[in-house]
Amino acid sequence: MSSPSDPLTSSSPIRSLPFLAAVAAVLMGLAIVLALVVAPEDADQGLSQRIFYIHVPIALTSYFCFGLGAWKALLLLWREDSRYDLESYVAIHQGTIFGALTLITGSIWAKASWGVWWTWSSNQLVLFLVLFLFYCAYFMLRFSLEDGPRRARSSAVYALFGIVLVPISFLAIRLAEDFIHPTVFTREGPQMTGTMFTAFCVSWTAVTFLAYVLYRVELAGKRLDADLRELREALAS
Amino acid sequence: MSYLADVAALTRKDLRVELRARDTLPAMLLFVLSTLVVFHFALPTGTADDAAYGLLWVAIVFTALLGLARAWVPEQEHGVLDGLVLAPCDRSAIWLGKTLATLVFLLAAQVVALPAFVLFFAPLDATALAGVLLANLGICAVGSLMAAMAAAGRARELLLPLLLLPLVIPLVVGGVGAAISPEGERYLLFLGLYDGVFAVLSWASFEYVVTE
Repeated sequence: MSSPSDPLTSSSPIRSLPFLAAVAAVLMGLAIVLALVVAPEDADQGLSQRIFYIHVPIALTSYFCFGLGAWKALLLLWREDSRYDLESYVAIHQGTIFGALTLITGSIWAKASWGVWWTWSSNQLVLFLVLFLFYCAYFMLRFSLEDGPRRARSSAVYALFGIVLVPISFLAIRLAEDFIHPTVFTREGPQMTGTMFTAFCVSWTAVTFLAYVLYRVELAGKRLDADLRELREALAS
Repeated sequence: MSYLADVAALTRKDLRVELRARDTLPAMLLFVLSTLVVFHFALPTGTADDAAYGLLWVAIVFTALLGLARAWVPEQEHGVLDGLVLAPCDRSAIWLGKTLATLVFLLAAQVVALPAFVLFFAPLDATALAGVLLANLGICAVGSLMAAMAAAGRARELLLPLLLLPLVIPLVVGGVGAAISPEGERYLLFLGLYDGVFAVLSWASFEYVVTE
């Protein structure tokens, strides 16, 4: 983290944020047009299948954020550099937000295609619920500990447990339940027409980029907060 | 060899503290028996045995939580943990000692609880018992690390169940599967995998959780 004496180094990446946000907005707009208008209607599921272009990219982005959070946590434990603490926390925060969105969009899709808001036989939804509970506990842990290196390391250890919990929980849920979630990707490759696949790829890029911009904005905000606090303390003493 | 001696000494310390103070084990025993009695009234008559196996796992997990919530209290109250961290031994030995001591408490509670379960509800076969033993390892290994993390926080008793419950869901799946599935061995294999992965992770990360 930069010292309070050189605020410019911490604020200069902020200047690129409006541009990045604009790119994210354009990409999201393009993705929505492709998903709702351009992509052909699914022969089997009809209109409701179009939520797939939003739901699946959000879910993948959420995994990506949790993975990023765990990676930064590993770097924190390895290099003992406190800036990774904030990066890991912000990544997991974004992952949890996107995880909540996954649960909501998944629930809507379940209602449209199976007629119920929640089904325990959908493995991916159950896995997301477990992960969502796990990462909510991450925030409880973080807010219950005193700020300092011990909190940073405890949070990092918990974040690492989370990324190991993903495959273990997936296996557990597979063992526990039948597999009835509609599988769009199989080992033979995507079962989609060219336009559908393009729309999916654009949506995925757009959502990932949006998550990246949100990550940068939150990180910049949190760093400014910390710098400001340090400056205030320096002025007061 | 000295590592094992350290672990043995730490485990003995916990067992001796428990023998003298009798804080944890009687509470765990009474809790698990009361829970089983509550379950008798919670289950409508004529419910299949499968439901009872599920409730057994609820009882086991909550009994373990009760023991784990007390696990680091003596260390916290008297500043023992600082001394242990400063002692010239590998810090993971502290975790392993605590895990083994908690495992002994949990096994002792189950020595009473499992026969009571068989008496009140349904029989347990060898696969189900193996499932209980394997899941005990996982609960104690992960639980003693999470309890050490929670003990440093402001709301330690509240925090531990929140931290631990999402992590033990796979153990409940494995344990219930071993009890009710005709292919119980698959679930035992899964429990073994869980134990191995999370024990190594807890063992490797304990040091980071207790040092300032």
